[in-house]
Amino acid sequence: MRKVSLRSLMIAVPYVWLLLFFLIPFLIVVKISLSDSITASPPYTPQLTVQDGLAGLWAALSEFDFENYVWLIEDGVYLKAYLFSLKVAAISTLVSLLIGYPIAYGMAKAPKRWRSTLLLLLILPFWTSFLIRIYAWIGILKSEGYLNIALLKLRLINEPLNILYTDAAVYIGIVYSYLPFMILPLYASLERIDGRLLEAAEDLGCGSVSAFWQVTFPLSLPGVIAGSFLVFIPAIGEFVIPDLLGGSATLMIGKTLWLEFFANRDWGVASAVAIVLLMILIVPIVLFQRHQQKHQGELG
Amino acid sequence: MNRRFNTFNLTALTFGFGFLYLPLLLVIIFSFNDSRLVTVWGGFSTKWYAVVLANEAYMEAAWITLRIAALSASLATVLGTLSAVVMVRMGSFPGRTLYSGMIYAPLVMPEVVTGLSLLLLFVAIGIDRGFWTITIAHVTFSMCYASVVVTSRLRTFDRSLEDAARDLGCSPFSAFCQITLPIIAPAVMSAWLLSFTLSLDDLVIATFTSGPGSTTLPMKLYSSVRLGVSPEINALSTMLIGIVASGVLIASLVNRRQERRLENETRAAAPA
Repeated sequence: MRKVSLRSLMIAVPYVWLLLFFLIPFLIVVKISLSDSITASPPYTPQLTVQDGLAGLWAALSEFDFENYVWLIEDGVYLKAYLFSLKVAAISTLVSLLIGYPIAYGMAKAPKRWRSTLLLLLILPFWTSFLIRIYAWIGILKSEGYLNIALLKLRLINEPLNILYTDAAVYIGIVYSYLPFMILPLYASLERIDGRLLEAAEDLGCGSVSAFWQVTFPLSLPGVIAGSFLVFIPAIGEFVIPDLLGGSATLMIGKTLWLEFFANRDWGVASAVAIVLLMILIVPIVLFQRHQQKHQGELG
Repeated sequence: MNRRFNTFNLTALTFGFGFLYLPLLLVIIFSFNDSRLVTVWGGFSTKWYAVVLANEAYMEAAWITLRIAALSASLATVLGTLSAVVMVRMGSFPGRTLYSGMIYAPLVMPEVVTGLSLLLLFVAIGIDRGFWTITIAHVTFSMCYASVVVTSRLRTFDRSLEDAARDLGCSPFSAFCQITLPIIAPAVMSAWLLSFTLSLDDLVIATFTSGPGSTTLPMKLYSSVRLGVSPEINALSTMLIGIVASGVLIASLVNRRQERRLENETRAAAPA
């Protein structure tokens, strides 16, 4: 008897916590996204209260409308922000892959006794504050920043480049922040490749470049895919990077939600923006999940 | 074949790690700059550290942030470990699919959505926002990370050790406490460290769930950073980098030593 109750208690504690602080808040977002927005406090019309019981529930359900969602579609700003976020995430993923692959390759081919140190060095900046890493780039990219000073001294340019507060700065920030997420799965899949396969390819007359494309790269594809998802998925909803490094024209969807909530105080529209964002994310997340399940055990 | 670095790999690693470390190095170097102009070197000085340490708003924010991080990391580690045991050991129970969904969903949820949803919950039930609401928010997402870390360790754990303890008369609970827990301890420790850093680092969710009088250090840092680069922020950042870097280095050294000891013990025990 005691065994049974201990077991259910162990299940119940984290279960109830997640129900209370993950699932219910999420349902509230859904509910508010379907409610009418009014600019007062609380800034939405509650259309469902527990006290009304079942009859109230039915009345509320019939009153739910998609006004906020219609607004999202009609006002072009949101659509543009979603598309722009997808574009930024896609390009950043590609650039991270191009930069990350040689690094992961170098790490995987490094002498064995060096590998754990290199891994630690890779993860170390990831542990330091996200905000500080973005802040560091403000000092580099601003018009009188380190990059412009260096380029002017080297006489590579005649006048300072404007990079900060443009889309380019956002790409740099995202690539820099998420690079370890790309490198880690790449490294994991490159490191497990059996060196004898490459020797066999070379014995059969393959040059080292073609051995790379015909043996190494195809075998590292699980890492390429996993790393790409790990950069792409969080980049879409990113707020801090476009806010600090991007210009006022750089409207990614995470920033739109933030402004809708904190500046316009329109909770209904902010909730609708959140729900649509999640619906966009579901596709890559499900694809990623299926990819991970297929390759479970292959990647740590 | 892999005894030494070749030129291509060495170049890739140099440029790669240069890219990762150069921005942080610049912040660290210029935190010791005497000049107020951040990009012009005006001689070595530690005066900006004194300025930061004398700034009460920063210190108060740091104190709140540390308390939230320590508390939320501890709770998240307990809940996350519990949840890992549930996922790996409890077999099927009603609602298991929903449960595993709820454990993994916060990992991919955009921070703005998590923050918004928790704020709407706190408003709906009428809790005053502040220290406790931030802590609850941090526990909720950290416990999922903690659960993933401990789960992966528990899956590779050799259950025959626990069975042996049961055969020798241990109750399941004490077998877990005396055998399993010490073996998964390094994973539990890294789960705590990860949760602690996640909480220290969080800006977005804290902004949504904080109230008057509970400004965390990232929130303070964010409002200063928006105004531009300054030597004080360089000094503050360098202190934070120093603390986190030494923490991670010590943790990884301890971890390595523990693993080696465990290996030796297992080897010593094997012939008997």
